[in-house]
Amino acid sequence: MVTGKTVENVAVKLIQLAVTELPQDVKEALHKAYNEETNKIGKAQLKAILDNVNLAEKTCAPMCQDTGVIIFHVKAGSKVDGLDNVETALRNAAVRATKEIPLRPNAVNPFTQKNTGNNTGRFIPYIHWEIVVGETLEITVMPKGGGSENVSALAMLSPNQGISGFKKFVIDTVIKAGAKPCPPTVLGVAVGGGAEIAMNLAKAALLKPLNQPNPNPELAKLEQELREAANSTGIGPMGLGGKTTVLAVKIDYAHRHPASYPVAVVVQCWAARRATARIYSDGTIEYLTHKVA
Amino acid sequence: MAVYRLSTPISEEIVRKLQVNDKVYLSGTIVTARDAGHRRALRFHNEGRQLPINLDGLAVFHCGPLMRQENKSWRVVAAGPTTSSRMEPFEDQFIKLFKIRMIIGKGGMGKKAVNAMKKYGAVYGAFTGGAAVLAAKAIKRVKGVEWSDLGMPEAMWILEVEDFGPLTVAIDTHGNNLFEIIQTKVDKTKEQIYKKLGIK
Repeated sequence: MVTGKTVENVAVKLIQLAVTELPQDVKEALHKAYNEETNKIGKAQLKAILDNVNLAEKTCAPMCQDTGVIIFHVKAGSKVDGLDNVETALRNAAVRATKEIPLRPNAVNPFTQKNTGNNTGRFIPYIHWEIVVGETLEITVMPKGGGSENVSALAMLSPNQGISGFKKFVIDTVIKAGAKPCPPTVLGVAVGGGAEIAMNLAKAALLKPLNQPNPNPELAKLEQELREAANSTGIGPMGLGGKTTVLAVKIDYAHRHPASYPVAVVVQCWAARRATARIYSDGTIEYLTHKVA
Repeated sequence: MAVYRLSTPISEEIVRKLQVNDKVYLSGTIVTARDAGHRRALRFHNEGRQLPINLDGLAVFHCGPLMRQENKSWRVVAAGPTTSSRMEPFEDQFIKLFKIRMIIGKGGMGKKAVNAMKKYGAVYGAFTGGAAVLAAKAIKRVKGVEWSDLGMPEAMWILEVEDFGPLTVAIDTHGNNLFEIIQTKVDKTKEQIYKKLGIK
C-alpha cells in the first residue's frame, strides 16, 4: 500500500532535488563545455553557470528563479495498491514545495491572468501516467522553465520533405531561438505520430541522461550530427558567441500517418532539471538521479 | 573590453562611454520589471500619475524573482534575468519617459530598443541567464515592492545591489548590438550547415 503521505513527501523531496541540484550527467556536460570553450565571453557565461550551480547546491537554493511548471511522470506498477492517492498527493506536494523550498508561483490563469500563488491550477502540475508491470511506483519530476519552452516548435512537414526537412527544421529552430532559451540547451526532438504525440515524445526525451547515446545506432548518429551542426552555428553560451550551443540532442519517434510528417523540437535550457525516485512495495525509497543521504 | 564599476544614479555622460564587450559591476538601486510592470508604468504615465519610484539614472532589471518573506521583510532567494525580447514593445518608451540608463536582462533586444538606447543614452547589460543564485548574492537588500497585485514575478521589486555583475555590455549607445553581430555571423554559417547535413 502506497500512502498519499509517502508520495507527497517523496515528491516534495524530488522537487527540491531537481531545482537545487543538477543530475551528474548534466553537470559533466556543462564542465566539458567550459573546458572546451575558447570564446572569452562564452567561457565567462559557462563559468557563471558552473559557479551558480555550485552555489545553489551548497546553499540548497533553487539554481534559477524560474522554478518552472511542474510536470510529473509516473510509472505505476499495475500491482501497486493506493494509486488513487497519487494525484492528490502530487498536487499537495506542489503546494508544500512552493512554500518550503520555496518555488516561484508559476501557475497563471490564461484568461484572467491571475496567478494562483501555489503552483497548482487546472492541469497543473501536469501528470503523465504510464502503467507498467510490477509493484513499484516510479515518480519523475521535471520543472520546465518558460524561456526555453517559448522557443519550442512543431512543424507539420510534408512527407516529401522527409529527413532533409526534419534536419532543416531542427537547425532552423536552434538558429531562430538564438540567445533566448539560455543556451547551451538540450534539444528533445521527435518525429511522427501526430502533433501531440511528437510533442510529448520530444519533451519526454529530455528526461534521458545526456551521456547515454540513443540505443538505436542510426538515431545515435543523427543525434551527434545534429548536435555538431547546432554547435557550428557559433551562437554559443547565452547567445554571446562560442562553441557550445547545444549540450545534447535526444531523438525519439513514432510511426506516422502516410500523409503526415510531424516534427517536434522541445528546447531545454542549461538548467536541465529532473529527479526520479522509486517507491517499493515494502516502503523503501530509492532516488535514482541524485545522491540522498 | 574595459571593466567599469558604476553606481546609480548613472549619468548619461558615463553611459555613453560604454562599449559593447565592456564589463560592468553595478551598485545602487535597481528595479525589476517584466511585461506587466512595463505596461503598468506606461499606463501610469499616460494617466498622468507618478511612478512609485523615480527611475531617472537607475537600471531596470528584466527579472521575475523568487522571494521569501521572513518576519515581514523580503529576502531574495533567486533572481536571474528573464528573456528581454518580451519587453521590446515597451522598452523604447520606457527609456524615453523614465530616463533609465541601463537595462539588465538576457537574450538582447530589438531595433526599437537599440535606437532608443542610442537616442536617449542607455545600455543593455547581459547577465548570465539562470545564474539566479549568483545574482541573489549581489542583492544586498529589498528596499520595497510595488504593484504586488501583479504576482511575485511581475511585481516591481526595488533592490539594492552591490557589485552586481559581471554585466556584459551587449548593446551600447553607439548602436552596436553584440547579439546582432553574433546573429549575422550565425546566418552566414547557415548555408554551410545545410550543405553538411545534406539539406536540399
